[in-house]
Amino acid sequence: MSAHLSTEPHTPVFTGARRAELDELLTRYPTKMAALLPALWIVQEARGWVSTDAMAEVAELLDLTPAYVKGVVTFYTMYHQHPVAKHFIQVCTTSPCNVCGAEDVVKSLLKHTGCGELGVQSPDGKYQVIEVECLGACGFNTPLMVNEKFIESVTPETVPELLASLG
Amino acid sequence: MGFPHKPHEREALVLSKHFGEQEAIGLDGWRKRGGYVALQKALTMTPAEIVQIVKDSGLRGRGGAGFPTGVKWSFMKPGDGKPHYLCCNADESEPGTFKDREIMRWTPHALLEGCAIGAYAIGAEVAYVYIRGEYTEALDKMNAACKEAYAAGILGTNAMGTGKTVHVYVHKGAGAYICGEETALMNSLEGRRGNPRIKPPFPAVAGLFGQPTTINNVETLVAVPHILNNGADWYKKFGRPDNPKSTGTKLFSVCGNITRPGNYEVPLGFPFKDFLYDLCGGPLKGRKFKAIIPGGISVPIQTVAEAENSPMDYEGFVANGTMLGSGGVIVIDDAQNLVKQIARAARFFAHESCAQCTQCREGTAWTTKILERIVAGDGTPEDLDTLLEIADNMTGKTICVLSDSCATPVVSGLQKFRGDFEALIKKKRVHMVPAQVA
Ligand SMILES: Cc1cc2nc3c(=O)[nH]c(=O)nc-3n(C[C@H](O)[C@H](O)[C@H](O)COP(=O)(O)O)c2cc1C
Ligand code: SF4
Ligand code: FES
Repeated sequence: MSAHLSTEPHTPVFTGARRAELDELLTRYPTKMAALLPALWIVQEARGWVSTDAMAEVAELLDLTPAYVKGVVTFYTMYHQHPVAKHFIQVCTTSPCNVCGAEDVVKSLLKHTGCGELGVQSPDGKYQVIEVECLGACGFNTPLMVNEKFIESVTPETVPELLASLG
Repeated sequence: MGFPHKPHEREALVLSKHFGEQEAIGLDGWRKRGGYVALQKALTMTPAEIVQIVKDSGLRGRGGAGFPTGVKWSFMKPGDGKPHYLCCNADESEPGTFKDREIMRWTPHALLEGCAIGAYAIGAEVAYVYIRGEYTEALDKMNAACKEAYAAGILGTNAMGTGKTVHVYVHKGAGAYICGEETALMNSLEGRRGNPRIKPPFPAVAGLFGQPTTINNVETLVAVPHILNNGADWYKKFGRPDNPKSTGTKLFSVCGNITRPGNYEVPLGFPFKDFLYDLCGGPLKGRKFKAIIPGGISVPIQTVAEAENSPMDYEGFVANGTMLGSGGVIVIDDAQNLVKQIARAARFFAHESCAQCTQCREGTAWTTKILERIVAGDGTPEDLDTLLEIADNMTGKTICVLSDSCATPVVSGLQKFRGDFEALIKKKRVHMVPAQVA
C-alpha cells in the first residue's frame, strides 16, 4: 500500500479548538473556498502532512469536492502529501545562494544525516533533505528551513553542529 | 541599514530606521516611534485627498514594475456600491530579494498602518496581506501585530474611534513563486491554484472575488504613512535632482559574492558604484566582480562597467541595460561559472512555471535542458542559436511575464558574456578530438 493511503482510520482534524479556528477564519472571507489554504495549514500543523482523507474532510467543510481540494494541494510545494521525516530540511540552492556555496551545504547535509540522496529519508527516519527555490533570505547564506524553523548562515562545516542542535 | 550591519552614513533611513530594535516590534514601542499618527490623520481625510498626496509624492510600486501608486489607486472608485479589496503582496520570492521580510520582522505595525491607509484610500474595508508560507517569523510578527491592533481598536469596525471599518487579515501562502504575480495571488487567496489570469479585466475592474481590487507590494505600502506625515514634497526630495520620475527611498537587498550582504536603504538615484564599493564593501578578498543583476533574477544581467555607471533608479538602470525590478542586487564574481548560474536561474523558472502557457511550460524546460547540457560539456555552437530562438518564442507571448523572465538572463547573458558560453562549448571540442582519433 502506498504511503499516502494510511491504513489507520481517519480521525477528524476539525474538532474543538481547530473547528473554532476554522469558523473564525471563515468570517474573514466572502467565500468558503477562500479558507482552503488556511484550512490545509491547520491540517498540516495538526498531522504533519495532508492525507487524502484530510482533503476529503476539508472539502466537506468548505463545500468543495475532494478532487478540487487535491488539485489545489498539488499546486503548492509546502503541503506534504506524504508523511515526512522528523526533521524535514529544505535548502535553498537558487543562483544567489548557489554562488555562495549552497551545493556544498547540501552535500554536507546528505553526508551527515545519512540520507545520501535528496528526498530520501535517513535510515533512522530522522532526516530528509530537499533542495528548494529561493527562500527569500538570499543575504544570509546558506539559509535553510527545518520544518517551520528558519536557520541562516549554514556552512558545510557547521552542519554537524546544526544537526546536533535539532535533537 | 545594511542590516545585519550598522547603518552606513550615506544611507537614508526612512523605512528601515528601526530595523534591529526589538522594542519597535510591539505596539507600544511602535507608537513611541510615531506609529499610527498617519492613520489617525488619514481617517479624517477623504480618500481622494490621500490619493492626491500619494500621486504628488511620485511614489512608484516597489514590487517590480514601478507603476505610480497614486495613479493605480485612482483607478478605484470609492462609493460605487461594490466591495473593494486591497491586497498587500508579501509573497517576496524573487531570487535576490529579502527586504519585505525585514520590514515585516522588525516593523510589522508599519505595514499594518500602510495597509489600513491604502485600504481606506481605495474604498476598501478589507485588506489581505498575502505572506509567503516560508516566512514563518514574518508571519508570526504580523499575526501578533494584527492581534494587538485589533485589541487596541486601531483595526476593526470602529477604526481608531472614527466609526470607519478597516480590517487587515494575514493570509499564508504555501510555496509557489508564481503567487507573487498579482492575479495568481488573487486566485491563491480565493482558494484556487495559483494560475495567473488573462488581463483584461484588470484588478481595478474585477480582481479579488471578482471585485475592484488594488494590489501593492509591502515596501510600497510602508512608504505611505511617511508620505502622509511629512508631505509629498518631503518625499520627492529623495532622488536625483535631474530625474523627477524616481522619487523617495528604496530598500536594496544585496547578496552573492560581496563583502557585506544585507539590506540598504538609499535615496533613488544613488550611484551604484558607491553603493557596491562603499556601502557593501566591494568584492570578496582577492576576487573581482564579474556580473551584476540589480533587480532580482528576472532583470537583465549587467556588466561591471554598466553597473558602475548606473544611478540606482528606474530610469538609471534602464539606461544601463537592465531594470530596477524588485531591488534585489545579485553579485556574481570571477570565481563563478556564470553559465552555470544562468542555467540554475532557468531551472528556477522551469520549476516555478504554472504551466498554463505552452511557450512557458516547454520553453523554460528546454532552456534549462540546453543550458545544463552546455555546462556539462556537451553543448554545440548551434545550441546558442536555439537558446535565442526559444527565448524569442517565450517573450511577449504568454499570460504573465514569468516566461519573459526566464528568457531575460539567457538573452542578456549571451549578449554580454557570450565568450563564457563559447568557452564551455569549445572545451568539449578539445576533449572530443583525441576521442575521435582513438
Ligand atoms: C512572476 C511574477 C512574480 C512576482 N512576484 C512578486 C512578489 O513576490 N512581490 C511583489 O510585490 N510583486 C511581485 N510581482 C509583481 C506583482 O505582479 C505586482 O506588480 C506588484 O505586487 C504590484 O505592487 P506595486 O505596484 O506596489 O509594485 C511579481 C510579478 C510576476 C510576473
Ligand atoms: S507565463 Fe508561465 S507562469 Fe505565467 S501564466 Fe503562462 S505558464 Fe503560467
Ligand atoms: S536564493 Fe537562496 S534564499 Fe534567495
